[in-house]
Parts: sequence; C-alpha cells; structure tokens
Amino acid sequence: MKKFPISLSRILGLVRKEFIQLKRDRLTVAMLLGIPFMQMVLFGFAINSDPKLLSTAVIQADSGPLVRSYLTALENTGYFSFNYHLDRVEDVEELFLEGKILFAITIPEDFERALIRGERPEVLIEADATDPVVTARATSAAMQVNFLALNHDLKGPLAHLRPIPPPVELRIHRRYNPENITHYNTIPGLLGIILTMTTVMITAITLARERERGTLENLFAMPVHPFEVMSGKIIPFIMGASFQAFLVLVAARFIFEVPILGDLWLLSLALIIFITVNLSVGFTLSTIATNQLQAMQMGMFFFLPSILLSGFLFPFSGMPKWAQWIGEILPLTHFVRIVKSIFLKSAEFGDIKMHLLNLLIILVITATISLKRYKATLD
Amino acid sequence: MSNDSEYAIDVTGLTKSFSDQIAVDHVSLKVRRGEVFGFLGPNGSGKTTTIRMLCGLLSPEDGSGTCLGFDIMRESTEIQKRVGYMTQKFSLYEDLTIEENLLFVCRMYQMDNLKERVAAALSSLGLYDRRKQLAGALSGGWKQRLALVACMIHEPELLLLDEPTAGVDPKARRSFWDEIHEMAAKGITVLVSTHYMDEAERCHRLAYLSNGKLLAQGTGPELIKLSGLHTWRIEGENLTDVQMILSKASAVETMAPFGARIRASGTDEKALEKAVIEAASSPDVAVEKVPPGLEDVFIHFSNSAGVPIQ
Ligand SMILES: Nc1ncnc2c1ncn2[C@@H]1O[C@H](COP(=O)(O)OP(=O)(O)O)[C@@H](O)[C@H]1O
Ligand SMILES: [Mg+2]
Repeated sequence: MKKFPISLSRILGLVRKEFIQLKRDRLTVAMLLGIPFMQMVLFGFAINSDPKLLSTAVIQADSGPLVRSYLTALENTGYFSFNYHLDRVEDVEELFLEGKILFAITIPEDFERALIRGERPEVLIEADATDPVVTARATSAAMQVNFLALNHDLKGPLAHLRPIPPPVELRIHRRYNPENITHYNTIPGLLGIILTMTTVMITAITLARERERGTLENLFAMPVHPFEVMSGKIIPFIMGASFQAFLVLVAARFIFEVPILGDLWLLSLALIIFITVNLSVGFTLSTIATNQLQAMQMGMFFFLPSILLSGFLFPFSGMPKWAQWIGEILPLTHFVRIVKSIFLKSAEFGDIKMHLLNLLIILVITATISLKRYKATLD
Repeated sequence: MSNDSEYAIDVTGLTKSFSDQIAVDHVSLKVRRGEVFGFLGPNGSGKTTTIRMLCGLLSPEDGSGTCLGFDIMRESTEIQKRVGYMTQKFSLYEDLTIEENLLFVCRMYQMDNLKERVAAALSSLGLYDRRKQLAGALSGGWKQRLALVACMIHEPELLLLDEPTAGVDPKARRSFWDEIHEMAAKGITVLVSTHYMDEAERCHRLAYLSNGKLLAQGTGPELIKLSGLHTWRIEGENLTDVQMILSKASAVETMAPFGARIRASGTDEKALEKAVIEAASSPDVAVEKVPPGLEDVFIHFSNSAGVPIQ
C-alpha cells in the first residue's frame, strides 16, 4: 500500500511528460481540435442554414382572388415552392412518404365565402417535421403570413375582418416529430457531446495505452502515488477540453448567433465540473480496459447512451421511465440542462445548483471507483 | 544503507496465482547485500512474477519478508525508492527522447540536479550526442543499456533486472555483465534473471525456479553438489546410434547432444556408468566421466520439474 505525501513536483513531472507525448501524437491533437471543428461545421450548417424553396403540395378546393392572394403571400416568404397541385388529399400521403414534399397546404372548399362571412376558415399546413430544424422556420413564417397576408385585400367593407384574430385559422400539423426540437437544443447538446467524446475517449485510451505498451509497469515500479498518476493524466486534458469548449462557445456566439444570456463565469464553472466528471469517467474506464481497443469500445459504450438519452436527440419527457432513469445518471443530461438554462434563460447559480450537485455526485462516485480500482499495482 | 540486515532480499513463502493457476508457489529467497544473484528457470516458471512481488508491483497472496529491510507487504514505497527495476520488456516511453525519458525518471524520484545527473548518465551511456532521439528509434542493445541507466539513475541499493540481456549480441552482453560486476563491487545488490549459462556462471549465487517452485538455491558448485548428478562425456564420429540407445536407458536422466559430443547425466552413479559403457561399445567412441556443469544441472532440474531438491 502506498502511504506518502502527494508531491506537486511529481504531478508536474507527469503533466509535462503527458504534454510532450501529446505534442508528438498528431492523431490525438487532430482529434482534440478536429472534432469540435468538424461537428460544428456539420451541425452548424444544419443549424445555420435557413433552407428556402421547400417542396410543397397545394390542395386547393377553392379558387378566387383571395385564395390566390393568400397562397402568393405564402410563396413570397421564399420558404415554399409549390411543386405539386393536387386534387385529392389521398395523394399527399404518398408524396410525404416518398420524401417528395416537406409541406402540404390544404385550402378548404368555400374558403372565400367563409372568409368573407367572417367564419375564419381553416387552412391546414402539414409539415414533415422529421428534421424540425428545416421546417421550423418555414412554419413560423407561415404563421406570420397568416396575420398579414390578406390585409391588402380586406379593405373597404371587408376591413372589419382584419386581425385580431386573423381572418384565417391556420392549423399546423407537424408530422413524424410532434415534439419540435429547435436549434437552441442543438448547441448546448453539441458542446456537451464534443466534450464527452474527446475527454472520455482520450483519457480512457491514454492509461490503457501505457498498460498496452508496458510503460505502466515502469511507472508503477517508481514511488508514484496513484493520485499523482491520475492527476498527471487528467490535468492536460482539462486544459485541452477547456480550449475545445472555448472554441465551441466562440463559434456558437459569433458564427451561429446563439444567444448566451447567462453568466459566462457560471458557464465556465459548469464546464470545468463537467469536464472533470467526464475525465474521471474516462479514467475509471481505463482502469478496467486492458488495451486501447477495449478502452475505445468502453468509451463508445458510454458515449452512445449519452447521445441518445441525455435529451439531446430525443426530448427527455418523451422517453420511457427507465430511459429517463439512465439519462439521469449520465453527466451529459445535467450538463445540457445547465447550459440550456444559462444560454437561453440566463439562469443564475440558484437555478442550476441541483444540476451542479448531481454532476458533483457523479464525480465523487466515479473518482472513488477509479481510485479504488486503480491501486498502482499490476494485479 | 537503509537497514543493516545481512540480506538485501529475505522473503519466505511468496505465493501468487492468476485465476486459479499458481504462478509462484511458496518461494523463499535470501539474497546477500552486494552479491550478484542469478535467477534461473524456463519461460513461465514465475521469475517475473516473483520480481514484481519484490518491488510492490504485485501483492503476494501469501508469504512475507523484507526487501532492503522494509516489509514487502506494507512498505513498498520505501522499497521502490531504493530499488531499480528493469523490466523484461522495454518499458520506457518510446515517444519521448532519450533525454526526456531520463529527466522524467529523475522527476519521479524527486532527484536534485536533474540536468547534471542526466547529462552524466547520457555521457556514460555514450548517448549524449543522440539525446534528442526518440527512445523508440534505438536498437535493441541500446534500449537495454538505456533501460539499465534509467533504473540506476536514482542510485538504488538493489537492482532487479529481468532478463536484461535477452536478444542482445554476445559482445554487448559481456560489457553489460562487466557493468553489473562493477556495480556489485560498489556494494549494490543485483538480482538478475537469465536464460544464459555463461551468465549464470558469472553470478555469485543462483536460484532455480520451475513451475513456480524454487527447486534449489546456492552457489554454482553447491547446486551441482545438491543435484547429486553424475555426468559422462561421450565423443565420437557418428553418435546417432549411441544417442538412440542412451535415450532409452532409464539411468540416463538428462542428455545434451552437441554434434560430435554428448553429455549424459543421471543420479544413479553405477547404473549410469553401466548404461554409458554399454551404449558406447564401439571402439571409435570415447567416454569419460566429467564433473557436471551448471547446464547439466539446470537441464536436470527442468526435467525433474516440481520436485524440490533438498
Ligand atoms: N498478469 C498475469 N495474468 C495472468 N497470468 C500471468 C500473469 N503474469 C504471469 N502469468 C502467468 O504466470 C506464470 C509465470 O509467469 P512469469 O512470472 O512471467 O514467468 P517467467 O518470467 O519465469 O517467464 C506463467 O504461466 C504466466 O502465464
Ligand atoms: Mg519473465
């Protein structure tokens, strides 16, 4: 058993060694810098792109100047491209399934007559919301149009039909994905996912690599405390991951223009805690794995549920209870909530302290497990 | 010296098994201070496992003892500060330069005068000019020498060298052993595991391990005597027939053919003599009784594996 004071100089020696190795390990550096870049670009295009001229089918059971005017207004938003004019509602289904249209707009019979009578006829916009990011803007544009479209036409004796409420009842029916996730979900989640991916994977691999190469035997034969080895492994990656987080935040704010309403210091605190938790998880995995491949696989084993169950990909409330329970023990879940609150709701410390506490609990548990498992012997 | 006991290593009953398979079975060792102690045995006999237990890398399931006067169970840190362990497989960082590796080791032992110490070590190695090369780029022999220097840089009192010369050419091996003896002369205790007979002969005392059991321990002549072995040398032009006959004779417990020469050994002196003379009846085959060598003894040990010699 090792009982001796922990030495800062030894930790620094270990950190230094780790940095030299990192410097020569192009692949890991590429991973540290490349992954955030790649993910931001990939996800970023989806977030930032404001897709226009989306293929749309129109089912027009009435025609007349007001109908034409209404449709033109929709078309003028630039989001809709009326590629199909259908007579039968049944055909819509097929076009949706084949992916030929993203929207179907249904103008009911006697639209004009009902409109003039002030009966607020109902226009139905069906949207393929599989990718809500794509359809969200178009539908919100349609909503605005609904308020204003007919203002020009409704004058003179018809002026009393002007809003509010709008003369037309617009019903939007989001198909395939009724829970409408917007891109504000994506960036906080993405920040967490990038950090999880690099930190958990890299730490899991780095100790396993020493085991695989046999250098761990030499390290353990020296009077080095397990805590020192753990710190030596973790500190460089706290720095690396913080840098990553910085990159992502800068991109989020200035390229993708996500509002960051809350306190940046609070965000930094949450980030540091989250990074440390992940590193501790990675370190725990690496005490179990005997080689790099195993460490990688275990990393994936942790990473996948993090993506799927943290509320990043699917809304948390929509998941079955058991999945929610798993989600609750994943650091990413709490981090996503924290970051969303800080970004969008300018949350203060009091608002997120429960989530921070949860992260700290996970940290204590994983750090205890890893220090227990990791005894600085080869047993 | 940290403790003035006579023995640098004094352990009894060390035992370790890996998932039900026993790797080291109640091994007791006594290694005197300042001696070069050879640790022999076939592959998988438990040499590495024993050495790892001595320096706290593995915790023994059973057994007790001291290393440099410190308890191997409770004071492994104190032991590690004073022991230099050279692993069987090269275990320095291949992606660090020679100099960086040595600096790292010095930092782990919290040495002072890092720069001078490392520079001195590099010069003694003859690697000062190549200090910026990656350790992974060195050839086998150089890696071995670097590893030796690295495990001595903190001036240990005890060196544990696990097959330090495996795969090294004879000339490099010889200078390696010269260095080992220089260190022993300075009072450093060296425990070295090896497969080579010429190296075994350069050790002050030896231990032979087989299947995790310590079969014998002592000086070369003591081991030879302990084995109770008698050896005959048979020389001749064509010894294939002789070898056939000898291999069937039960009195011949071990046989080592070397082309035009065979060494046949056994513990039953009379029966062995009879068997040898019968087998070598042809006039162009000469037989002679010779003193058994270490090699005969070790082959004998590995054949009679598992039975400790009293
Ligand atoms: N970490 C380990 N896990 C499982 N078995 C091991 C381990 N280390 C050694 N062994 C087994 O213990 C026995 C002794 O091995 P070892 O001490 O390496 O022998 P030697 O060094 O004499 O070649 C072998 O059978 C080996 O397979
Ligand atoms: Mg070995």
